Amino acid sequence: MMLEPRDLIVPAPTPTGETERFWQGCRDGELLLQHCSTCERWVFYPRATCPHCWSDALEWRVASGAGVVRSFTIVHKPGHPGWAAAAPYTVAVIDLAEGPRMLTALVGIAPADVRIGARVVVRFQTVGEFTLPFFAPAAPAAPAAPAAPTAPAQA
Amino acid sequence: MSRMPRPTGAIVGVGELPAVRSTHGKTTLGILAEAAALALADSGLEKGQLDGLLVAPHVGETPQHVPATVAEYLGLTPRMSNVVDLGGASGPGMIWRAAAAINAGMATAVLCVLGNHREPVPSRSPNRNPIREFDVPFGASGANTAYALLKQRHMHDYGTTDAQFASLAAVSRANAQLNPNAIFNGKPADTADILASPMVAEPLHLLEIVMPIAGGDAVIVMGADAAREARLRHAPVYLRGAGEMVTHRAMSQAPSYTTGPLKPAIAQALTQAGVAAVDLDLLSLYDCYTVMLAITIEDAGLCPPGGFADWAHGRDLSHEGDVALNTHGGQLGFGQADLAGGMSHVVEAVHQLRGTATGRQMAEAGLALVTGNGATMSEAVALVLGRDA
Ligand SMILES: [Zn+2]
Repeated sequence: MMLEPRDLIVPAPTPTGETERFWQGCRDGELLLQHCSTCERWVFYPRATCPHCWSDALEWRVASGAGVVRSFTIVHKPGHPGWAAAAPYTVAVIDLAEGPRMLTALVGIAPADVRIGARVVVRFQTVGEFTLPFFAPAAPAAPAAPAAPTAPAQA
Repeated sequence: MSRMPRPTGAIVGVGELPAVRSTHGKTTLGILAEAAALALADSGLEKGQLDGLLVAPHVGETPQHVPATVAEYLGLTPRMSNVVDLGGASGPGMIWRAAAAINAGMATAVLCVLGNHREPVPSRSPNRNPIREFDVPFGASGANTAYALLKQRHMHDYGTTDAQFASLAAVSRANAQLNPNAIFNGKPADTADILASPMVAEPLHLLEIVMPIAGGDAVIVMGADAAREARLRHAPVYLRGAGEMVTHRAMSQAPSYTTGPLKPAIAQALTQAGVAAVDLDLLSLYDCYTVMLAITIEDAGLCPPGGFADWAHGRDLSHEGDVALNTHGGQLGFGQADLAGGMSHVVEAVHQLRGTATGRQMAEAGLALVTGNGATMSEAVALVLGRDA
């Protein structure tokens, strides 16, 4: 069974002045991360100052939306009752290509097929009043490479 | 005439934001970051020199785990942190607590930071912290998913198995059979029983997770010299060493999934005590989940990373073994009375070290390691307790 979050009635994000731009980006189909022009590192979750160097020279940039599964869990007994209708579903932490880590849930893949190290891409889905950055398996590799039946086990 | 002891310290940097009637879109966390940056710039220190953190209880965005939430936001990994909850006296209260902590070797440079945002229209929810905003909306409410992520990564990196993790819960259950106060006393469970329990957040089974209970723990502390002279019913148990570290709040932001902040905390506690991990008689290790216990055994240096199962295999970890593990049953066998659960590891270590662990007393208990773990392998404290000072 694959996760279809669209019809869930679940806790929504709680935007602040620091994070509104991120959620607007999701609505526009863009994964926005902050980039620090002082230390040249990427920042997620959004902040008022860079956690690496405490500079406030943070600017929004469109991220690649690509990443790798750092770890995952198949949730059978959700911590919030609103998610019970979706169980079992896969919660994953993604190492984004730009560096930061992001927690998400995986769509477009059965829980049994998920592997640590699998390449994934952002797939925006609307839940209630918000558009959220879920992630899905990346498209199969270039035609030259043989298509793998499931995601690779190692990055 | 004896001089009254006092903490000694110096203030080396200050920062203050301009007063405004209201803020628009700012968060308390962001305001703390702005003020902290001003103080750091004023001091001339590097951010990496800050190894202590004192905060006030901020109702702004986060009701719990305030130091970890602030530390994660600021990118700090303090080895001493605290909430100072003294109302309008909190600020000055921080100063001498910081000095006392520095005198005690807990930290060398302590950031004391307070702030307030003031929206024209107050926000509805008191809980608007990053973990609520960016993790909960994806179905990751509660700690189970976080620790399942840890176990999955441990199994992936080291090839450890479900049965190996379950065997740790079986040890706790076996020890709980000797503790009439434990919730699972009279309810033994072996590895097969643990593995047969329902899957909660794969790969975590129900019986790899602590059972919530009602209960309470209390401890009274004196100075070592005063304890020696006091009229006491039992021999005192001495604090020989301690260490502390906070590295993150949310599991998504944890620097590692196979080692945690207990590693440096335990190393510091052992160094202060002047002992090695192999010298310990009792391991009283925080065990909210089997995977937390596994990583702690590895972080204590009792075995190489990934080697907890080889270390535990065939070893008598009861009160009769050469090294005992969670003789009260651990929280996996005793139950977890919310935050009191962490103190149960202290209470059991005291009983063993002074010889009052009735029905499960170790023959030779001179040194114990006690660990505490908060949030999602975020907040760590290690103590070495000794029968001798
Ligand atoms: Zn920076």
